[in-house]
Amino acid sequence: MRIQSALDPAGPQAGQIAHLFWIFTWICAGVYVVTLLFVFVATIKGRRNAEPDLTKEHTLGIGVSVAAGVTVAVLFALLVASVATGSAIGTFGENDPRQLEVAVTGHQWWWEVKYPDALNPSAMVTDANEIHIPIHTKVLLRIQTADVIHSLWIPNLHGKRDLIPGRVNKLWIEADRPGVFRAQCAEFCGLQHAHMALVVFAQKPEEFAQWKAAAAQGAATPATPAAIRGQQVFLGAPCAKCHNLVGVDAYGSIGPDLTHIASRKTLGAGTLINNRGNLAGWISNAPALKPGVLMPPNVMSAGELQDLLAYLETLR
Amino acid sequence: MCKRVALLALLAFACHREIRHIQPTAQDASRMLPVRVSGLQPGPKQLGSSTALNNPYEGNAYAISQGQQLFDKYNCSGCHFHGGGGIGPPLMDEEWIYGSSPAQIYISIAEGRPNGMPSWGGHIPDYQIWQLVTYVRSVGGFEGKVATASRAEGMQARRAEEPK
Repeated sequence: MRIQSALDPAGPQAGQIAHLFWIFTWICAGVYVVTLLFVFVATIKGRRNAEPDLTKEHTLGIGVSVAAGVTVAVLFALLVASVATGSAIGTFGENDPRQLEVAVTGHQWWWEVKYPDALNPSAMVTDANEIHIPIHTKVLLRIQTADVIHSLWIPNLHGKRDLIPGRVNKLWIEADRPGVFRAQCAEFCGLQHAHMALVVFAQKPEEFAQWKAAAAQGAATPATPAAIRGQQVFLGAPCAKCHNLVGVDAYGSIGPDLTHIASRKTLGAGTLINNRGNLAGWISNAPALKPGVLMPPNVMSAGELQDLLAYLETLR
Repeated sequence: MCKRVALLALLAFACHREIRHIQPTAQDASRMLPVRVSGLQPGPKQLGSSTALNNPYEGNAYAISQGQQLFDKYNCSGCHFHGGGGIGPPLMDEEWIYGSSPAQIYISIAEGRPNGMPSWGGHIPDYQIWQLVTYVRSVGGFEGKVATASRAEGMQARRAEEPK
């Protein structure tokens, strides 16, 4: 199982695309082999009689007509296959009442993921750089950008879809097996375009419900002395100016929401694995790890940093 | 041949590439100024005069665009709008209550000003304050033509000739 491959589809949308890919590959491979065969024959025969035999012109004419006819037929078949796939992908999910909506916003260079809840606004979940979806459910991703053009590409689930400033684009996805799939920004968007990854977790519906219930909770209350001091560091340092913590006095909306940072797998949109050491490095000097990032280097004493790390580690 | 060499030599000198400050250090982020509540100081005045602090990003297009981003993100536009002014004073006219030099704008942002301007020093890194200063100066038309965006998204004052 490959985590980032369009040839290992994990849903009907990617399945259609992979299917079309193989149709094109095999037909084009066939055409290639047949063409080479004719070139080979012509090369050998052409050597035997250098002078063209004008009495055979009629037969040659038929040959050319047949070849042209076969070419047109093959191209038409490929066109029909493309249109059929495009239509199947384009109409997928429409008029389907069983749906989940996720709002994905691209930033330079990270992804903001929101699960709006119209019936219970307080249950809205805000996450970053990770999308959780239940399997066998059609999920509508409403994608938009906060700055420049980005493109969302989850190869195992669907093709690319651009994030255009001032527009909300739609992308319907469905996973038919549990798994972890890596996605990537697919439109050059600045210095750290390469470090703008997203992880999709396709989970069983009950696991998804469990995750969503936990993610809708506010930030965990610090229990240990170090974590309590760490929370004070967070609120006193520039952290709270840019980052949000649900239920705590931190309302920044420039950087990712950190309410559940400890349960994320990566830091800096797939730049680093999320562990204590990397987090310490990221807080101390993020621009050294990801040049151009808006997160500034932070100057604090070793004790303050350790307390802050202890606090952030409790935010599960 | 000689002409070509001369032309190439000219190119080598003529191409000046702007340095983008994409890896600010901890030193750039830490504060340059102590907190001063009063403008009154004993002895010769150290801060507040127009040349006391130098803007490291003067004429830097990258800093202007970063500053423009931060101007919206930190909600400066909430009061000053895009330079036209509203709750806060406009940033593109001739009247500067607390001065229009980089150092004066820096202090206005870092220390705050009476009647509404909050003090940002310590809350945001120092180099971002300078990026904001550079952007605000470009809105007022004080930054050179070369660095300022030719088509601004927000408002922008334009000067007949180069300032300074």
